[in-house]
Amino acid sequence: MARRARWIAVLRTPVGAGAGVLLLAVLLLALFAPLLWSDQASAIDTEHLLEGTSSQHWLGTDSLGRDIFYRVLVASRTSIMLALLATALGVLAGLVLGTAPVLLGRRAGRLTTALVNIAVAFPGLLLALFFAVIFGVGAKGAVLAIGLAGAPAFARLTQTLVAGIAERDFVAAARIAGVGRFRILLRHILPNIAEPLVVNATIGAGGVLLAFAGLSFLGLGVQPPAYDWGRLMGESLNGIYVHPAAALAPGVAVVIAGLAFNLFGEAVAKGLGVPALVGPRLRTRTPETVPAAPVDDEAVLVVKDLRVSFPGPITPVRGVSFTIHKGEIVGVVGESGSGKSLTALAVAQLIEPPGQVEAAELSFLGAPLLGRLADRGSAATRRRLLGTSFAMVFQDPMTSFNPTKRIGVQLAEGAREHQGLSRRQAMARAVDRLRAVRVPAAGRRARQYPHEFSGGMRQRAMIGMGLMGAPALIVADEPTTALDVTVQRQVLRLLETIRETDDVAVLLISHDITVVAQVCDRVLVMYAGRIVEDLPASDLATGARHPYTRALLAAVPDLDTPLDEPLAVIPGRPVDPSAFPTGCAYRVRCEFVVESCSAKDPELVGADHRVACWNPQGRTVLGIESIRTGQR
Amino acid sequence: MSELRFDQVTVRYGAGRRALTAVDGVDLTVPSGQVVGLVGESGSGKSTLARAAVGLAELSSGQILLDGVPLRHRTGGRRPLQMVFQDPYSSLDPRMTIGDSIAEAVPRSGPPRREEVTRLLELVGLDADRAQAYPGALSGGQRQRVAIARALAGQPDVVIADEITSALDVSIQGTVLNLVRSLQRELRLSMLFISHNLAVVRYVSDYIAVMYLGRIVEFGPAADVLGDPQHPYTKELLAAAPRRGATSLLDPVAPRLSDPAAQAVAERAVQVVAEAEPADPHHPPAGCRFHPRCPIGPLVLSDREHCLTIDPTTDADRRRHRAACHHVAGALQPVTTGSVSKEDSL
Repeated sequence: MARRARWIAVLRTPVGAGAGVLLLAVLLLALFAPLLWSDQASAIDTEHLLEGTSSQHWLGTDSLGRDIFYRVLVASRTSIMLALLATALGVLAGLVLGTAPVLLGRRAGRLTTALVNIAVAFPGLLLALFFAVIFGVGAKGAVLAIGLAGAPAFARLTQTLVAGIAERDFVAAARIAGVGRFRILLRHILPNIAEPLVVNATIGAGGVLLAFAGLSFLGLGVQPPAYDWGRLMGESLNGIYVHPAAALAPGVAVVIAGLAFNLFGEAVAKGLGVPALVGPRLRTRTPETVPAAPVDDEAVLVVKDLRVSFPGPITPVRGVSFTIHKGEIVGVVGESGSGKSLTALAVAQLIEPPGQVEAAELSFLGAPLLGRLADRGSAATRRRLLGTSFAMVFQDPMTSFNPTKRIGVQLAEGAREHQGLSRRQAMARAVDRLRAVRVPAAGRRARQYPHEFSGGMRQRAMIGMGLMGAPALIVADEPTTALDVTVQRQVLRLLETIRETDDVAVLLISHDITVVAQVCDRVLVMYAGRIVEDLPASDLATGARHPYTRALLAAVPDLDTPLDEPLAVIPGRPVDPSAFPTGCAYRVRCEFVVESCSAKDPELVGADHRVACWNPQGRTVLGIESIRTGQR
Repeated sequence: MSELRFDQVTVRYGAGRRALTAVDGVDLTVPSGQVVGLVGESGSGKSTLARAAVGLAELSSGQILLDGVPLRHRTGGRRPLQMVFQDPYSSLDPRMTIGDSIAEAVPRSGPPRREEVTRLLELVGLDADRAQAYPGALSGGQRQRVAIARALAGQPDVVIADEITSALDVSIQGTVLNLVRSLQRELRLSMLFISHNLAVVRYVSDYIAVMYLGRIVEFGPAADVLGDPQHPYTKELLAAAPRRGATSLLDPVAPRLSDPAAQAVAERAVQVVAEAEPADPHHPPAGCRFHPRCPIGPLVLSDREHCLTIDPTTDADRRRHRAACHHVAGALQPVTTGSVSKEDSL
């Protein structure tokens, strides 16, 4: 299973392996030392009292002449066992307190949460001392004291993790299914929070070990004749100037054991956290990108053979070519995994390493954006060009603004940076632009914070931010997906109006073919990282030729879909970018497969209407019956 | 099967100045064996209404009745209401096999679990041997099928589907909708189908209810509501819905009228709709809640000040489609007559 593989991967890292070996050694020592060396450790030798280091007694002897080296080894069991007991107690108490809100319902849950929050505010050591006094001196008292002192922090962690899981839909689904609270906790919540809890308990065990040694050192922990590392340290302290080794050895033992727990926990936490992209680092020379010889004055963006790859290696965008002209709205449609958003990000230079962008040409307003020619032109010029002439609108208007800054300030920022406007000029322009994107009462609105804007208004403000310069191209990645239909129309209309008045080109990415059909001049249909069809939007309804485009059109219900027959469907599932099939990627879902489909990926051919298919369907009127209906 | 009835249901979150009335006095009936489609924008209270029905949100007032008996949500035993969630990626426990997830919902008094899981998986078009698979190995469409199977495992009388296709790719959406429709017909399920997509709702529903700011503003048989919408908000939703062949979204231009006064009104109406902002549920407007963006309301026509003060929901029962609007065409109808009023008042 994947989880086991991740644990093994943790042990393969240098820190993980080192910590694992150390921890194993400490645990084995705790297990076997008392069996092997009990006699030596308790043998009283009245001839050698309080002696220093010698060949007979490596670390010297104590006040009864017992060998300190063996005593340190034997004490490992008591120290570690008590530390683990206290940790277990703390974890258990923490779990009970932390999961109480789930079991007790809202009111009682709120009370326990408040109690835990108050307890967390006290320093752990203070709590431990407090409990130690209450439970009395001795090993049992110390375990209870340290265990309970560690409980609040663990309870707090548990509460946070539980709260995260408890609001997930599968917990709600279990509640609707009539599953009791206790079973929900056991079956759904605990398994999903187990990993971080185990990691934290392991790290915590190191701290508990130290705390226990502290209590014993103060004489509040283990009582004679029993002994642990803390006790040994306390006993030898008086002679530290004479026989330093006797006092330092138990201290070193505490440090080593504590480190073993801590490092192991840290290594596991790192390994189980966000899985980093692993794989061979892609090392390819960026090929030269030369603008095409006859520079097309009308072309705003030229993309030729664009590829985006990630280590793995995965290549979600494989050879995309298109040109956007002045004042043109080009739509890109496709399902998840088709590479449409990555294409937009690549164009906007927003692909972060380890992702890699390659292209035969990628130029914006005649200036290359990629390769050595781009590097030669100074980065600052390029940034200014992108900053003033290029605008990007993202899907989620909630996250695209900084929540702590006023909208107007955020709009003005770019203009001050790139256009050298004064603060007042920039602010005036921001208000003017907000008015242009039809934000009502723009002057007042510019002084408001993003959360005071509705979703649609925020999306319009985002477009307004793009209009601060004199943009030649707006790249909009699913700009209306998070919006309601009525608001969606306003935003799309705004894009259309901007195009009309300012001659701005728009690259509109969407999963919704009906949206694209309504606003765009030209539509690019993407599947499995390639453009499979490039056609004028006016042809979409009747002249689509690629089987995928036709199936996509038929699959979307609209207000005229016949009610008495099943919806048209596309069999199979969307492609996985990590495993594209050979030949045409769509052939596994296509019903018009011919022999050449599995042999070679078809090229995108044609002039005004390009299509990449070995068996394109005729220019007949699109009929539902031409596409397979029914369920898979 | 059974009839689900919301009776003056109100759900309020928070208290004091931050209080939010998500659902405000909703009356809605899901007739036995029928599908009621519930449409509205985000924040209109659709999902809250669904969550209230299955006991995930507490009612502030009113009651929800199943066959005339108030619902009680107890653990163990059969739960007569089941729900399918929007996001199939978060509605299945990633640490549980799909077989276990479905088996968990089978009532203790019900049939043997293993056979039931097999039967349900086949019912939703999945291989029975996928029962041992974890959700991570399934595609979005397959997960949604599992979620539907789990809902059916509880042997529900009523199924609530909350935006079940909006997280899926278009190519997958069709298979799930076909499945829902065929299952509903086969099992004669009563269903509350929630979606923001009017075309999807139209495809599965017998009745359509339109919700705006916590209130139902129009309710009627699906064909009637779509063919002859009464409330201006329903009309706006219909206008915004995509239609095959529509090619431009540019602002609709007010019709050329000979009477300059009428012309001014028409232009004003277009402007009001174009500039409309979604209302803030924390501060719902007084009177008719739709009036700040209504093309036939007080912002356009000066003689309609009563829209600002008088709430049209109180006498909605007397209008066609129970429309919450003072100015629906055909004006008031007596309660007992009219082609739809009998079905509506089930």
